[in-house]
Amino acid sequence: MQITLTLNDKKLTADVAPDTLLIDFVRSHGCLSVKRGCETSNCGLCTVFLDDKPVLSCSVLAARADGHKVTTLEGLQDEAAEFGAFIADQGAEQCGFCNPGFIMNALALFREKEYPTDEEIKEYLSGNLCRCSGYEGQLRGIRNFLAWKKAKKETAE
Amino acid sequence: MMTIREYKRAESLEEAWQLNQKRPNRVLGGMIWLKMENINVGTAIDLSGLGLDTIEETDEGFSIGAMVTLRQLELHPGLAAYTDGAVRESVRHIVGVQLRNLATVGGSIYSRFGFSDVLTMFLALNASVELYKGGVVPLAEYAQRPYDRDILVRVLVPKEHSRFVYQSVRNSQTDFPVLTCAAAKLADGSIRAAIGARPGKAVLYTAAPEAGETAEKFAARFAAEVKADIKTESNLRGGAEYRRHLAGVLTKRAVCRLEG
Repeated sequence: MQITLTLNDKKLTADVAPDTLLIDFVRSHGCLSVKRGCETSNCGLCTVFLDDKPVLSCSVLAARADGHKVTTLEGLQDEAAEFGAFIADQGAEQCGFCNPGFIMNALALFREKEYPTDEEIKEYLSGNLCRCSGYEGQLRGIRNFLAWKKAKKETAE
Repeated sequence: MMTIREYKRAESLEEAWQLNQKRPNRVLGGMIWLKMENINVGTAIDLSGLGLDTIEETDEGFSIGAMVTLRQLELHPGLAAYTDGAVRESVRHIVGVQLRNLATVGGSIYSRFGFSDVLTMFLALNASVELYKGGVVPLAEYAQRPYDRDILVRVLVPKEHSRFVYQSVRNSQTDFPVLTCAAAKLADGSIRAAIGARPGKAVLYTAAPEAGETAEKFAARFAAEVKADIKTESNLRGGAEYRRHLAGVLTKRAVCRLEG
């Protein structure tokens, strides 16, 4: 079957099998930041935005994305660069395997809430599993990023 | 592994129903569970083009389309206000935002899973389901029915001048619940409590305070009644006896919060 969607701001038409999952579709179109982790809809590694909402691409049919907008980390380079670099500088993660899904969902959180509380951060990111950091490094990294962002904004004003 | 031979975005409920009468065909909800099944689907029937993704609120109640996501439930201000935040509490522990942006109310209610926070919550809300051919059926009755091939169109929640509370016990955040408890205090002072994840399907209990009975004594009596009656089983998340104990504890806490 043929689908037409907007992937990272580029409209494309492709033939897919009815049971092609969105994760496989975006990976076959060069979006290798999207990874398969748990296969049980739990880990958040495969997070993409579907019409600007974070979803698990391992649990969505590519056919269902027909007519919709799909965004992966590859399409958010500008928005992600500052936060990603900050998290790396903070040493907030270890192996980095969960990083693309984590950054996608963190960006979704920042879009919904500019300065979330610790509890809001923990709740929003509870669907992003990390087996290295115990989450403390990530939480510290986000806290420091938000403080830095706030100070930068206040200085600019 | 799941395979799908054909995919069809239904253009009407009638078309969806017709397609769903064929045994190998399946209606897609959020697809969270379907994709983990070892199943060969003939035609995957997608309801996402039928405008069933909205929550409508009137003075009488809420009409929740089958394709409304758990995240929409979580964020809906009208549901939050009516249920004292209980609906939000019932879904916010389910895995993560990304999953809740996919999982649908229709999929959760149709599946009637034992572990379902959603089924527990909507039983306490005295909800009904609207079926395409079967009409409106109380959820308490629907929950006991065998699976059929009708289409669940909407979930209807009446406004009852009630207060609500939702609690669950989990071994770790975002895991399946060990036990769930949703309760409502009705206008006549009685309490309706749904206990789920026994690990079987949620069941309903009701009780009313006796004349002169304090809230504390009423809570203890109702909790003891639930604990004595409820049928629980063991699985890797908790033993039957532990669940029975939790049923009493959560019922007591629910009554105390609603009476407080």
